[in-house]
Amino acid sequence: MTEITSLSLFELIKNIKEKKISSNEAAKSFVDRSEKSKKLNVYVTENFENCLKLSKEFDNNPNFDLKLPGIPIAVKDLFCTNEVRTTAGSNILNNFVPSYESTVTKNIWKEGGILLGKLNCDEFAMGSSNETSFFGNVQNPIAKDLVPGGSSGGSSAALAANLTPVTIGTDTGGSIRQPASFTGTVGLKPTYGSCSRYGIVAFASSLDQAGPMSKDVKDSSILLEVISSFDKKDSTSIDFKRNNYSSELTRNIKGLKIGIPKEYRVDGMPDEIEKLWEKGIEYAKDCGAEIIDISLPHTSYALPTYYIVAPAEASSNLARYDGVKYGLRSSGKSLIDMYEKTRSEGFGEEVKRRIMIGTYVLSSGYYDAYYLKAQKVRQLIKQDFDQAYNKVDAILTPSTPSSAFKIGEKSNDPVSMYLNDIFTVPVNLAGLPGISIPAGVDKNNYPLGLQIIGKPFDEQTVLNIAYSMEEKINYKNNITDWWMK
Amino acid sequence: MTIDLKTVKHISKLARISLEEKKAEKLANDMNSIFEFIEKLNELKTENVDPLTSIAETTLRFREDKITSDNIREKILKNSPEKNDDFFVVPKVVE
Repeated sequence: MTEITSLSLFELIKNIKEKKISSNEAAKSFVDRSEKSKKLNVYVTENFENCLKLSKEFDNNPNFDLKLPGIPIAVKDLFCTNEVRTTAGSNILNNFVPSYESTVTKNIWKEGGILLGKLNCDEFAMGSSNETSFFGNVQNPIAKDLVPGGSSGGSSAALAANLTPVTIGTDTGGSIRQPASFTGTVGLKPTYGSCSRYGIVAFASSLDQAGPMSKDVKDSSILLEVISSFDKKDSTSIDFKRNNYSSELTRNIKGLKIGIPKEYRVDGMPDEIEKLWEKGIEYAKDCGAEIIDISLPHTSYALPTYYIVAPAEASSNLARYDGVKYGLRSSGKSLIDMYEKTRSEGFGEEVKRRIMIGTYVLSSGYYDAYYLKAQKVRQLIKQDFDQAYNKVDAILTPSTPSSAFKIGEKSNDPVSMYLNDIFTVPVNLAGLPGISIPAGVDKNNYPLGLQIIGKPFDEQTVLNIAYSMEEKINYKNNITDWWMK
Repeated sequence: MTIDLKTVKHISKLARISLEEKKAEKLANDMNSIFEFIEKLNELKTENVDPLTSIAETTLRFREDKITSDNIREKILKNSPEKNDDFFVVPKVVE
């Protein structure tokens, strides 16, 4: 029999429901493999003992009607978990133990999921390589000393290494889709307002969105169905009719119109990305979709817009870390001195850089020139998509401009790091759903992803296209467990 | 436009982050390269464009002004770096 840890979520659920595997056996398998995988540094906080205990309790009194019956799941350490330390990858929250549960994780536990542990991520989700985490780099299981992407880098690495059957991440500018692309896994950012932001450590509130990460498309549809819900506790949560994403999943995408935006052919894009994209277009045609050339004229303005809007919102959101009510406190001569020392010692370099940018663009005399300007350009970017969607049902692009890079390669040059998110950021600015699916490899055999972007609230079409293309692509990760040797 | 050391120090005051001299110089350099990249937005004319403030297009909902949370004072205070009975403690403030 296949090892429990390499089963898809769908297969694992099936085996548990058919009583071929118990929840406790599943939990033991993931805990054992995680114990042997410390070198990857995916966990910030382990919940192994509790997970084993809860899985036993599930087996003693099982409920197979649940959507995630006794399934152990590790989550990004940006989701507040009641009584379990939540750090957001930051020193300033090193000792923070929430007294409440995020809505997204609550939805998972309600459907029978069991917390395995909290996964490493870039500090406050600010990064594209997991290198800004206070708890150190995460190794990409694809190859040694390769970044797993970010900010949900612990999530993507844990998933690719079979340390959790599925996981959840958050995506502000690409933080689910880019790490999925770097690890040969699937990552979906839902429409803004689909998954509640309640209890997620805030980065940029008009962009932040939680979403599923999985080994295949079907698993993402199962998990999305669990986590997507209207929530009164999130003022921007949207009350719309959610599909039964997994049961409505189909490979019949005949006649769907898929747009190819010419502006995504950026200068200096490697040949292999271009080729991957062309291959993707052929796969989509094979699936019965109609390919249509479209234009998203303001694409090149998306990153500069993002690097005003996101830091501005971050500087405001992170003002709460003052060393008074929770988190780290450094000693100071006065109240102000204490604030300044706490924040200087508690935040890492990238977080400080972004707070500084955000404070600057919101400061008196600069607001109109930067923040207001960026909000206006954001409108233009959204209008580009609105117009494109008069002609097409979805859009196909590469997920990232390159494959995973080496640890340390880009950490000294913030702008080159930011360019990683060139294809993912416009989707957040426009609040759209987007998925990254593995679609091939580069010359080093590192995975490359394709992104499918949908209309607002049309996750079903995005999933269906991905599901259909996935079958044609037939991608298999070749992971050698090198870190165990 | 360039961001000089004086501006960086002013911003760090506003952001309540203390900054060593050496780090301030590096930060000024980083910020300048980021802003060089941001200046691209000036190519666009946006006089007649409405700013997009929220993608969710919903009006904020009202709720009854009623307490809904449980009594979790103890749990909340447990996370405090310094407390005294039911209070958070901060360094002495004398005006």
